[in-house]
Amino acid sequence: MLKHAVAATLALAFVGAAHAGKTLDAINQRGQLVCGVNPNLQGFSAADSQGNWAGLDVDVCKAIAASVLKDAGKIKWVPLNAQQRFAALQSGEIDILSRNTTWTLTRDASLGLEFTGVTYYDGQGFMVPVKTKITSAKQLKGATVCVQSGTTTEKNLNDYSKSAGLNMKPVVFETQEAADKAYDAGRCQAYTTDASGLASIRNKALSKPEDHVILPELISKEPLGPSVRRGDDEFFTIAKWVVFALIEAEEYGITQANVDQMKAESKDPVVQRILGTSEDTGKLLGLDKDWAYRAIKATGNYGEIFERNVGPKSPLKLPRGANNLWSKGGFMYAPPVR
Amino acid sequence: MAAPPPKSRSWSWRSKAFRGVLYQVIVLGLLVAAAAYLLSNTLENMRARGIQSGFDFIWQPAGFAIGESVVPFDSSESYGKAFLVGLSNTFRVALTGIVLATIIGTLVGIGRLSRNLLVRSLSGAYVDLIRNVPLLLQLFIWYFVLTELLPPIEEAFHPLPGMFLSKNGLQFPHPEWAPGHWGTLAGFVVGLVGVWGWSRWVHVRRDATGQAPFFAVPALAIVVIATAAGWLLGGAPSALDFPEKTEINVVGGGAVTPEFLTVLLGLTIYTAAYIAEVVRAGIQSVPYGQHEASVSLGLTRARELRLVQLPQALRVIIPPLTNQYLNLTKNSSLAVAVGYPDLVSISNTSLNQTGRAIECIAIVMACYLTLSLLTSALMNWYNRRAAIKER
Repeated sequence: MLKHAVAATLALAFVGAAHAGKTLDAINQRGQLVCGVNPNLQGFSAADSQGNWAGLDVDVCKAIAASVLKDAGKIKWVPLNAQQRFAALQSGEIDILSRNTTWTLTRDASLGLEFTGVTYYDGQGFMVPVKTKITSAKQLKGATVCVQSGTTTEKNLNDYSKSAGLNMKPVVFETQEAADKAYDAGRCQAYTTDASGLASIRNKALSKPEDHVILPELISKEPLGPSVRRGDDEFFTIAKWVVFALIEAEEYGITQANVDQMKAESKDPVVQRILGTSEDTGKLLGLDKDWAYRAIKATGNYGEIFERNVGPKSPLKLPRGANNLWSKGGFMYAPPVR
Repeated sequence: MAAPPPKSRSWSWRSKAFRGVLYQVIVLGLLVAAAAYLLSNTLENMRARGIQSGFDFIWQPAGFAIGESVVPFDSSESYGKAFLVGLSNTFRVALTGIVLATIIGTLVGIGRLSRNLLVRSLSGAYVDLIRNVPLLLQLFIWYFVLTELLPPIEEAFHPLPGMFLSKNGLQFPHPEWAPGHWGTLAGFVVGLVGVWGWSRWVHVRRDATGQAPFFAVPALAIVVIATAAGWLLGGAPSALDFPEKTEINVVGGGAVTPEFLTVLLGLTIYTAAYIAEVVRAGIQSVPYGQHEASVSLGLTRARELRLVQLPQALRVIIPPLTNQYLNLTKNSSLAVAVGYPDLVSISNTSLNQTGRAIECIAIVMACYLTLSLLTSALMNWYNRRAAIKER
């Protein structure tokens, strides 16, 4: 009995710091990128009946896997709810969190993680049933609003309610499904979350999408982006620059369809630099010269990713708006790949 | 006669008592060392990763509103106050649930032993069905039923003037707090003391003369009269907060929300099924001879249950019953799945907004531990009082 106690204590003593190695080393050794995603948010990350994942956040992970591991399929998908997501990243269960997460000061400064950039500029909005004849969020005086717990939504709702003097009452659910059902059943007069989430829910989760309307006001800024753990600057830099490369690719007209041809024939020095024909920027990142080429070949450039998952031709039908390139009036401005 | 020699305590290795103490000290030391190591390792790892820790967030303004609360809560008040509101919500549903579940559970438990076939079968079916469906599913079913059945706000019922029944729940006029209500509270407390005095007098009367005056009606009258007197003395404050219809909603007043009802009904019905079995086990543990003796004394079935069987059964019932009360209290944490703002729900929100996962979970654990220890201490005291003293 005593022997067992001593052995157990010695084993415990070595549980110690379980993440001595760098994230990038771990990924290469494992041969797999572990990506934390939303279990079911159409347009951002959702699995179909065969278990294939698709969405904007999913494509970001695929691009990074293609860059680092040379194969966009070498990914392990970890669905996470809003409460688990940061703990999973902090503990090392996932390498990167690509789960429509808003970049805020509290999250950047106090959770031991770093945001690599913004992949979707969003804002929080409201959805109401058409039969209430409400056309503006300012008419929601005293309304009961369904929200999901574990998100920035509650604080923003309260900030807006106070500043506009609306005295809205929240009903807070743990899961998005419960909140969707309660709103659909009529328990709340309004539903609030990021505008992209509203579009996704209206389309997929409500019994009659045409009976609901999304109000025009955006009451907060919600820059959504992937995040990684602190302590591995190499992986942080790679994750950052893969997304920048995808945005640069759209700016210079490189698409999934023409990337091979551009790599072989293009005489534009910027394109040559991005695709690794003229100089090797990948070596500086710890990768090889085809890092950006592989990313673009796996998922297409940023514009294609947007169109495929959330754009006007997808079920969500969201306009490019703020997510367009800077040269076309949006906010997507990537530092140059050079 | 010589006194027996003093017992010598030998501190040598050969003494069994000494070895026992030594082993216990060593194991205790190892446990404390392991706990200290884990704690310091956690803190060190958090610091190395840049994760901030500390309980100072409790004084910061919360920044979120709470859907329903016993005391008014504004988002500019602190996280600490928010946690207290969550705790009061949990306490509210747990206490009501415990009382209701005990009543329903006892009735169903006795029903399972009834001679009436219909009562026996229904009770048996109830217990078998409810015990075997997970509680979370039952909560979702109740919530779905309640939100579908209740009328939308535009078509709210008016069961009584000033009351609204709709998907918001049952909204009723709520007395506003005024200093005069301290008088009402004081009157209520005096009333309770009066009831205790009345019960003592009834016992003395019964022991002395064998006659038992009615207990219940005068007791109720004492409480009502004392509370009313206190209210009058406090200045008769009568301000009421009425629910009012705005363009899209009904605001104001107190409310029994669908979320509260769901958690209450779900917990009550689920735990009552378990309590029914506990009560049945207790009653069946009383020897059959007691029943024969009661019959020979001419006691009716109801009197026999109340005076002979239940007191003896209580010895067997109370410890498992305490278990069920603790289970009910902790199961109330599932309320977060149906939107009731209990302690765990508030903790989730605070955890997300501040990032202090370990601190928030520690607070929640401490609260549940306190509630559970209080409940079991109370039940153990009652057990000692109710236990039959073997002579």
